[in-house]
Amino acid sequence: MFEEPQNGGGNPSERARAETALRRSRGASGRAPTPSRAPSACSSRIPVRPFWGRPRALSAGWPTPSLHPYTPPPPGPWPRSAPALLTPPPSSSPLPEPGRGRGPRGRGRGQRLSRGPPRPIGVRLWVELSPPPAPPTGSGTQRAWRSRLSDAPGPCSSLQDQAMELEVRRVRQAFLSGRSRPLRFRLQQLEALRRMVQEREKDILAAIASDLCKSEFNVYSQEVITVLGEIDFMLENLPEWVTAKPVKKNVLTMLDEAYIQPQPLGVVLIIGAWNYPFVLTIQPLIGAIAAGNAVIIKPSELSENTAKILAKLLPQYLDQDLYIIINGGVEETTELLKQRFDHIFYTGNTAVGKIIMEAAAKHLTPVTLELGGKSPCYIDKDCDLDIVCRRITWGKYMNCGQTCIAPDYILCEASLQNQIVWKIKETVKEFYGENIKESPDYERIINLRHFKRILSLLEGQKIAFGGETDEATRYIAPTVLTDVDPKTKVMQEEIFGPILPIVPVKNVDEAINFINEREKPLALYVFSHNHKLIKRMIDETSSGGVTGNDVIMHFMLNSFPFGGVGSSGMGAYHGKHSFDTFSHQRPCLLKSLKREGANKLRYPPNSQSKVDWGKFFLLKRFNKEKLGLLLLTFLGIVAAVLVKEVSSVSAWPPIVWDVRSPCAWPPRLGSEAHLCPAATPSRK
Amino acid sequence: HFGRPRRGSPGHPVQATPSGRMDPFEDTLRRLREAFNSGHTRPAEFRAAQLQGLGRFLQENKQLLRDVLAQDLHKPAFEADISELILCQNEVDYALKNLQAWMKDEPRSTNLVSPLDSVFIRKEPFGLVFIIAPWNYPLNLTLVPLVGALAAGNCVVLKPSEISQGTEKVLAEVLPQYLDQSCFAVVLGGPQETGQLLEHELDYIFFTGSPRVGKIVMTAATKHLTPVTLELGGKNPCYVDDNCDPQTVANRVAWFRYFNTGQTCVAPDYVLCSPEMQERLLPALQSTITRFYGDDPQSSPNLGRIINQKQFQRLRTLLGCGRVAIGGQSNESDRYIAPTVLVDVQETEPVMQEEIFGPILPIVNVQSVDEAIEFINRREKPLDLYAFSNSSQVVNQMLKRTSSGSFGGNEGFTYISLPSVPFGGVGHSGMGRYHGKFTFDTFSHHRTCLLAPSGLEKLKEIRYPPYTDWNQQLLRWGMGSQSCSLL
Repeated sequence: MFEEPQNGGGNPSERARAETALRRSRGASGRAPTPSRAPSACSSRIPVRPFWGRPRALSAGWPTPSLHPYTPPPPGPWPRSAPALLTPPPSSSPLPEPGRGRGPRGRGRGQRLSRGPPRPIGVRLWVELSPPPAPPTGSGTQRAWRSRLSDAPGPCSSLQDQAMELEVRRVRQAFLSGRSRPLRFRLQQLEALRRMVQEREKDILAAIASDLCKSEFNVYSQEVITVLGEIDFMLENLPEWVTAKPVKKNVLTMLDEAYIQPQPLGVVLIIGAWNYPFVLTIQPLIGAIAAGNAVIIKPSELSENTAKILAKLLPQYLDQDLYIIINGGVEETTELLKQRFDHIFYTGNTAVGKIIMEAAAKHLTPVTLELGGKSPCYIDKDCDLDIVCRRITWGKYMNCGQTCIAPDYILCEASLQNQIVWKIKETVKEFYGENIKESPDYERIINLRHFKRILSLLEGQKIAFGGETDEATRYIAPTVLTDVDPKTKVMQEEIFGPILPIVPVKNVDEAINFINEREKPLALYVFSHNHKLIKRMIDETSSGGVTGNDVIMHFMLNSFPFGGVGSSGMGAYHGKHSFDTFSHQRPCLLKSLKREGANKLRYPPNSQSKVDWGKFFLLKRFNKEKLGLLLLTFLGIVAAVLVKEVSSVSAWPPIVWDVRSPCAWPPRLGSEAHLCPAATPSRK
Repeated sequence: HFGRPRRGSPGHPVQATPSGRMDPFEDTLRRLREAFNSGHTRPAEFRAAQLQGLGRFLQENKQLLRDVLAQDLHKPAFEADISELILCQNEVDYALKNLQAWMKDEPRSTNLVSPLDSVFIRKEPFGLVFIIAPWNYPLNLTLVPLVGALAAGNCVVLKPSEISQGTEKVLAEVLPQYLDQSCFAVVLGGPQETGQLLEHELDYIFFTGSPRVGKIVMTAATKHLTPVTLELGGKNPCYVDDNCDPQTVANRVAWFRYFNTGQTCVAPDYVLCSPEMQERLLPALQSTITRFYGDDPQSSPNLGRIINQKQFQRLRTLLGCGRVAIGGQSNESDRYIAPTVLVDVQETEPVMQEEIFGPILPIVNVQSVDEAIEFINRREKPLDLYAFSNSSQVVNQMLKRTSSGSFGGNEGFTYISLPSVPFGGVGHSGMGRYHGKFTFDTFSHHRTCLLAPSGLEKLKEIRYPPYTDWNQQLLRWGMGSQSCSLL
């Protein structure tokens, strides 16, 4: 029926080996040691995280990362330093027990198990996490990925390859069974997802909170609330969206059925990001389920607790064959990308976005890329600085600046700088208290590599306030830089941290030029009392989205498509747009096999008169209103003629409107009453 | 389609760049980008003027266009008119009529957290659009995307196919006279030139052609993360149920198959039916072909020719598959291939492995609807799928259990004439869609805009730290069923 025989698959023994490898990798996760990640233990967190995600059985042949936790990149644009780290380090370190996120059942959180030596931030993490902006030509990161994608891998890699292939095939078989398609099933799965979020709220909140060192309040209002809102929105509207939409017809297709039927695409791969590890993984998942697809989810390996909790909880609530989680790092993702999918949804940075798209091109897979960029924030002279600074402070330092649509830098006239600095400083104090480090509302940087990257952005800059850092807890205080030179490093890459540079410009024209000279950002913020100025900014620049007189809010409405343009991404999602992203809009035209005579016109042999008729049929668009109008006119004429007839023949009896009779229309004239046998004569 | 060896680009004298490298496109692209940045493609009046120019081009050069189409593909005037000229004119008129409505900002609903904000979606041109067109409908498949790209306010680089030479020449020499030259350029050349152009930064790529080249284009697009629309082909199955009138089916299938000599990406590629139906279908097809093209189709003015020798040779080898039931003749000097029906075709033969793109119709036998569906699902998703049956149950089953770019029940690709219907593939038959408003949307970035009042700070107070339980409850209530995140 819905089975799709897959060609290939290797001989049984190979398959068996692959299965064993997969099982082993799954089994390994059960034994994987996890250090305690309770939110309160933030400050005691070790700066290096255990390496997880690669099963030992398959790890041979890969460079073993050195024990040295971090090699500072040589000076120069950031990604250039990647190749240095990609060469196998000379020393060999014992591999810690690998942990793979699948089914880590029965492991208590916070349970301290014996652990191998601290795992350095190794090759894979470095590559995966390459920061958003990258030079247009192949950066080291890309080269590394590309070589992995194209290289003929050794035997162990091909084993893993097969393991992935098996997983993808299992999901595809589940999709082909057709059970993900009925509306009822989709609603049921979405309800199950909602139940998961509600019932296991505590576990989820704790996992996310420990990943990003966040208070659970923040987790709830930044992530969980969105997911719940999106599920409710889908449940409410899905029945309407899945129905076929009739379309306008022309005369040629007047009598046919023409409609657009949304259809699931097939197997969708969703690659999540670590900065909002829950919402950026689950929100696309909601759209993919709603559209009736099977889904393979790859949460970010950097937000490992969230990845683990998802791997544990999702199979308990959702269909286990249709929606699966594959956890792992760059290596697993690389293997995964070799497989064929029907859509790939990626959230992350531009450099990896290119790699994803290139891998997708091999199978002609459509992609949605949600990338980042430097989102400018222009402050006009004519505005209430108190309010402006509050709003910016909130948006910038939320999640410790690790937000893809956070205002990246401020453009304003030089004279405003001091006031802005002072007001932001006041607001920071109000929001996070005197001792920011103690505030439960202020997060930490995700890992040491990012911490060092952000530190390097501060070099040589004029720090107006902030700038305090603590490597042990990866704390960076809310920082503002003034008089920033656009050529410095902090203005060359997406900051993704709590540093806010202010670049002075002379006027709005210069600001517009400044924005247009750079890559198209994901968001643009303009503050002004003057609505004309805001409109002008919108007209003369381009960006994924715009918010005037506020920050971030355009993300919050599910009536809005969320997505980038140019280097900030392609495709959009949220609400109906998610559903559309994961659906194929299939046009259907259904005709009857009768009325063949009408088709004579188009069949050869041809003549000029046929062309003229063809023109008439193709160019005249048919719609019900027009036809209705025509019909009404016609009826009007008939009525007029009738009335005239009646009034001119005075000998005729008056018209009787018999509403009880099925033949009440057209009105019977007295003498014709017998023509309608069903009617009872009602004339007195 | 990039199979031709490199040819000079008469339209564009090759220039040396300051770096000394020969790059014929750099100047053109720079000129167009400057024009786009100056913003003069954005006003509605400018766009309308361009579309009117396009309309005038079609009106004033009707005969010339018919002539070059006849020259390239031996296209009968009837086919040229209904599949190219009229459809293009239709698109132009439709776009002109609706331009204002399409361009309007779309207001969106808001939630209680931002109750007083003005919320809308702005349709914004991408910038520099590159349209790569094929040779089989050299006018339609070039101009229909162009209409949308111009309507959306983009600057356009157009590359007509170098294989349909007559049309290419008209598009390169006559068309620019009707459009603003600062925002529009035609580039000429084969695969090499196209590859060279794809190296440059573009804002949108619209490609119509084969899946093989589609992959190359998409790979090239990754370099600058350029979004792409790929309109590719595929083997479009045509299922004929036992429960239908063979003559009617034969009429419809034959017409859509042999239209433009089979060189149509949405044409039914092969027929799936039971052996009994095949017995009834063959005489019907024979009589249809005779009625359409006479006893000697080669002398019929209503049948076109194959575009070039390369395609002709490819098709001629396909004639050797299975057994010829009808037709089968060919003439090399004329590049003529008779309307042909093949039977006893094996799944493994070349004619069932590649898109046929010629007047050859293989019939493959299946025993039931289920087998047909299984057969279809085993293959790449086609651009189009056709099912013929008197029973709407069979048609609906086909529709429900398969996937394809579009679907025709008891009918061929008539839906192409409807601008209200999106046209585009899925899976290996392409990505993205166009026609009518869909073309406009394809070439527009939908930018979300939210304008908050600059005051009323009290309303925003609940979202600021320090966070409290009360704030959280309030936020939850405020967002109601609306999705929201503080990302």
